[in-house]
Amino acid sequence: MKDEVTREERVAGLKGMGCSRKRVEDARFTQGKGNYVDDVKLPGMLHGDFVRSPYAHARIKSINIDAAMALPGVTAVLTAKDLEPLSLHWMPTLAGDKQMVLADGKVLFQGQEVAFVVASDRYVAADAVELVEVEYEELEVLVDPFKSLESDVVLREDLVAEDGSIPPGAHGPRKHPNHIFKWEAGEEEATNQVIDNAEVVATEEMYYHRTHPCPLETCGSVASMDKVNGKLTLWGTFQAPHVVRTVASLLSGIEEHNIRVISPDIGGGFGNKVGVYPGYVCSIVASIVTGVPVKWVEDRMENLMSTAFARDYWMKGKISATKEGKITGLHCHVTADHGAFDACADPTKFPAGFMNICTGSYDIPTAYLGVDGVYTNKAPGGVSYRCSFRVTEAVYFIERMIEVLAIELDMDPAELRSINFIKKDQFPYTAALGWEYDSGDYQTAWDKALEAVDYKGLRAEQAQRVADFKAGKTRKVMGIGLSFFTEIVGAGPVKNCDILGMGMFDSCEIRIHPTGSAVARLGTISQGQGHATTFAQILATEIGLSADSITIEEGDTDTAPYGLGTYGSRSTPVAGAATAMAGRKIRAKAQMIAAYLLEVHDDDVEFDVDRFVVKGAPERFKTMKEIAYAAYNQAIPGLEPGLEAVSYYDPPNMTYPFGAYVCVMDIDVDTGVPEIRRFYALDDCGTRINPMVIEGQIHGGLTEALAVALGQEIAYDDMGNVKTGTLMDFFLPTAWEVPNYETDYTVTPSPHHPIGAKGVGESPHVGGVPCFSNAVQDAFRPFGNRHTNMPHDHWRIWQTANNLGLHD
Amino acid sequence: MIPAAFEYYRPTDMAGVIALLQEHGDDARVIAGGHSLIPMMKLRMADVPHLIDLQAIDGLSGITVSDGAVRIGAMTTQHDIIASAELAAAAPIMQEAALQIADPQVRYMGTVGGNVANGDPGNDMPGLMQCLDAQFHLTGPDGDRTVEARDFYEAAYMTDREDEEVLVAVTFAAPSGGYAYEKQKRKIGDYATAAAAVQITKDGGTVASASIAMTNLSDTPVWSEATADALVGTDCGDAAVKAAIAAMLGDIDPTEDNRGPVAFKRHAAGIVLGRAIARAWSRA
Ligand SMILES: Cc1cc2nc3c(=O)[nH]c(=O)nc-3n(C[C@H](O)[C@H](O)[C@H](O)COP(=O)(O)OP(=O)(O)OC[C@H]3O[C@@H](n4cnc5c(N)ncnc54)[C@H](O)[C@@H]3O)c2cc1C
Repeated sequence: MKDEVTREERVAGLKGMGCSRKRVEDARFTQGKGNYVDDVKLPGMLHGDFVRSPYAHARIKSINIDAAMALPGVTAVLTAKDLEPLSLHWMPTLAGDKQMVLADGKVLFQGQEVAFVVASDRYVAADAVELVEVEYEELEVLVDPFKSLESDVVLREDLVAEDGSIPPGAHGPRKHPNHIFKWEAGEEEATNQVIDNAEVVATEEMYYHRTHPCPLETCGSVASMDKVNGKLTLWGTFQAPHVVRTVASLLSGIEEHNIRVISPDIGGGFGNKVGVYPGYVCSIVASIVTGVPVKWVEDRMENLMSTAFARDYWMKGKISATKEGKITGLHCHVTADHGAFDACADPTKFPAGFMNICTGSYDIPTAYLGVDGVYTNKAPGGVSYRCSFRVTEAVYFIERMIEVLAIELDMDPAELRSINFIKKDQFPYTAALGWEYDSGDYQTAWDKALEAVDYKGLRAEQAQRVADFKAGKTRKVMGIGLSFFTEIVGAGPVKNCDILGMGMFDSCEIRIHPTGSAVARLGTISQGQGHATTFAQILATEIGLSADSITIEEGDTDTAPYGLGTYGSRSTPVAGAATAMAGRKIRAKAQMIAAYLLEVHDDDVEFDVDRFVVKGAPERFKTMKEIAYAAYNQAIPGLEPGLEAVSYYDPPNMTYPFGAYVCVMDIDVDTGVPEIRRFYALDDCGTRINPMVIEGQIHGGLTEALAVALGQEIAYDDMGNVKTGTLMDFFLPTAWEVPNYETDYTVTPSPHHPIGAKGVGESPHVGGVPCFSNAVQDAFRPFGNRHTNMPHDHWRIWQTANNLGLHD
Repeated sequence: MIPAAFEYYRPTDMAGVIALLQEHGDDARVIAGGHSLIPMMKLRMADVPHLIDLQAIDGLSGITVSDGAVRIGAMTTQHDIIASAELAAAAPIMQEAALQIADPQVRYMGTVGGNVANGDPGNDMPGLMQCLDAQFHLTGPDGDRTVEARDFYEAAYMTDREDEEVLVAVTFAAPSGGYAYEKQKRKIGDYATAAAAVQITKDGGTVASASIAMTNLSDTPVWSEATADALVGTDCGDAAVKAAIAAMLGDIDPTEDNRGPVAFKRHAAGIVLGRAIARAWSRA
């Protein structure tokens, strides 16, 4: 048989790894045909809405639901009293704490759920919410974690023993009723010794402010309890649907096989949709009580006020070096404000996430990290907003410490980074705080970045600008923001990573259909990352069928294999690996079928793009399509019919993507308005599956980094009132505020990942925040600035200039 | 974010509007573009049991310019202002300002009448109208009356308009000379951190006349005669601008909010005004 098609054409036809295949999801998203939770409409469905606390800390004296119940259309008003007999008035958090589902005697943050109204439609529910009368007795509010640790006011009375003693928490002893845990990594004494005896030491305190992932789609759920067959179906905005099923089963007592959890299209998650919220629980209870489906969808203000926040880390650093700039030690202490309940979404053994990656991309021989978690009267959360667990905090910390050390040494910060990079031949590299970095080539990436932006030229321009400013010729200063980041993603090895006891493996199940198309189901769930596009590409390359012939399905626990979901850039590192491994099982069986059909030994055929060929006789081959058909219509001795495979992948290690970013910024010192002139982002995410999707992810992550660095915050006043509860004050950048991004890359594959991919969705956020912040800080460095806290909004930048005397 | 129940009316003539306003008093409000009112209703900060839509009333929108007199109907949208070549020629400051209000979606709906009647210190049109020395034309149960824009604003959301009156149009004489609308905001779609509306005429090398109003720096717009006086008769040089800024700072009274503390707002107000004066002068 003569092949008319060239090998290049066959490769192109697969649309496999490495090509910029167009996103298959976009046809429905761009036409408004996505199917989100709020699109789920079931016959007889009721609607839930919350009565929320206006106070940050108050005792509840009474709740009167009579007027609300009297409103036509109201079916039920649930309070903690109603949930208590089911033991559902509190629920466990992912961090080993517990959290009130509905206020049990007191409220601990503004916006806390107090009662759940169930009514015939959302309008009636909203009216009924106003009719529920709650009598509060205000209590002293603690919004400052440092004051909280010294206060006599006990926030969590449930965590103090009757004799007044403080029982240990999920992560060990607690030193104060408002203290949650102390978590440590590294050697404190050795680190102190190094620092005490160092030639140069730089210290700095920095506050990484509280912010919020703010996905465009807010959180919600629809619960439908079928009392006849005992099955509960739950649609919701879940980044980890299988975990939700397990938790729902454990909480409700409904057997897990009788619960079906469906994550439909999700309009962005960014960590906000990892945890379990009172609304989910209440919609389930309400459906069980009423026997009809119940929907709960929060509005924007509820989302910003009550669902999971991010960051809120008070970080104190000490870094030591030789006079030549070789770093010798790093000490970091964090006071972590976790709000009213510890609802952080971290692997169980890591109450501060992977904050211990805070030695960054540098070869730092001795280091110590201590983190104290603290309760305050703020919303719970502490999720990884577009980053792996607390990695944004860690990278911000080290990238600021490097800048401060550069000031102390009077050295160029780019050079200081070069001096201290982990060298290419040091990989795999074990860091002082324990992690084993898989692969990297930092210097090459750094040099490429600096050359691309003409770093020397920029510094010369900046020096001229400083001179011009001092001479009164301009009122604009110029900043060059640098950041070099190493992420730690792809959680993670089951031996040390679990969530509520579930190992953090992931999975893929593939079925090849007789005519040579396929469906693959995964334990992850896309929230916009484009899994249906990219996972099909991985498979196309692995099994030789066109990506266009492969359907990717996720998010339905009745059909998808168990997995831990999508966050922390884990989908490609873990589920992507499972996909490749399952594909290889398919290919192994296909090889046997091909050999049988070609009447040769298994070892005499080899895989070539979309077929198996007889070694040395390329004209003799069987395409994967032919093999698929044969799997179903031939009796092959020694082989079962069919062509299916499942893989559960337990990653041997995390992956460590890295990158080099440069931002050039001009700042008007009088108005505090920053203007981003240039942003260059070099990412190394190992093997690149789809360059266009990568670029899209980088644009998105950088934009969220810009938001956080330049204005996005959840701010509270002293009374615990949220000051930034709407999008007028909570900064979501639009196309107008976003600069042009230049993207670039190097490729350093992960040695332990089946296809060498490392994950990319979050790198730009992790590396972007310090880059934008460093640009602002660098602009003021020539005038004496060391450090100012984010967010660098207009007035805070103005304040920096003012403090430096630039308005005199 | 769901408003309380309300009755919706869509009368086809002004008499119908006024009758409804009289019947329901405090419980009724007119709605124009709805882009200030509906958010307030959704937040349940405004309770409006009777909502009277002005969309179906003829003659409330449109821009006319004749003999140097400009008339803008209350229901004219901010987008209409940007799109009107006639208005751009007669009073280019209107276009420059409208382009800095909110975003295109809001501007397609938001009206001049709603913007000036709302009484929100954050709205840009009230200060602009004061700068242009506009008249507001109201109609009500007792007939028509005209109020000077400079006399209209009493406090935040409190204006000289009676509950039963409707704003029909704004008028002003087409300005001459140079103009500028300068606004500092945090992002697209934001109200001003500080904004300045400036009109200047020039005689030889000196300022012949000036009119200056500031936005979102007090609980009402601030038309500052003292600021204008500091410029008139000068060469609009550094010293004059400094004096004008000092005079303006004497008239504003900003409060701290998420846009920043008072000291910053005062500083920004001075910078914004200085830039507006420079641009207006360069165009005079
Ligand atoms: C996201 C966003 C950003 C915005 N940014 C800005 C900005 O930067 N600058 C700015 O100036 N505005 C801004 N606005 C407000 C916008 O311009 C509004 O549209 C405008 O303030 C009100 O006009 P409206 O026609 O929508 O009035 P409506 O919302 O319909 O009415 C506002 C008030 O005026 C009353 N009213 C309306 N018309 C009349 C009338 N003819 N007679 C008597 N009373 C009347 C109503 O009863 C109501 O009390 C923004 C709005 C949004 C949603």
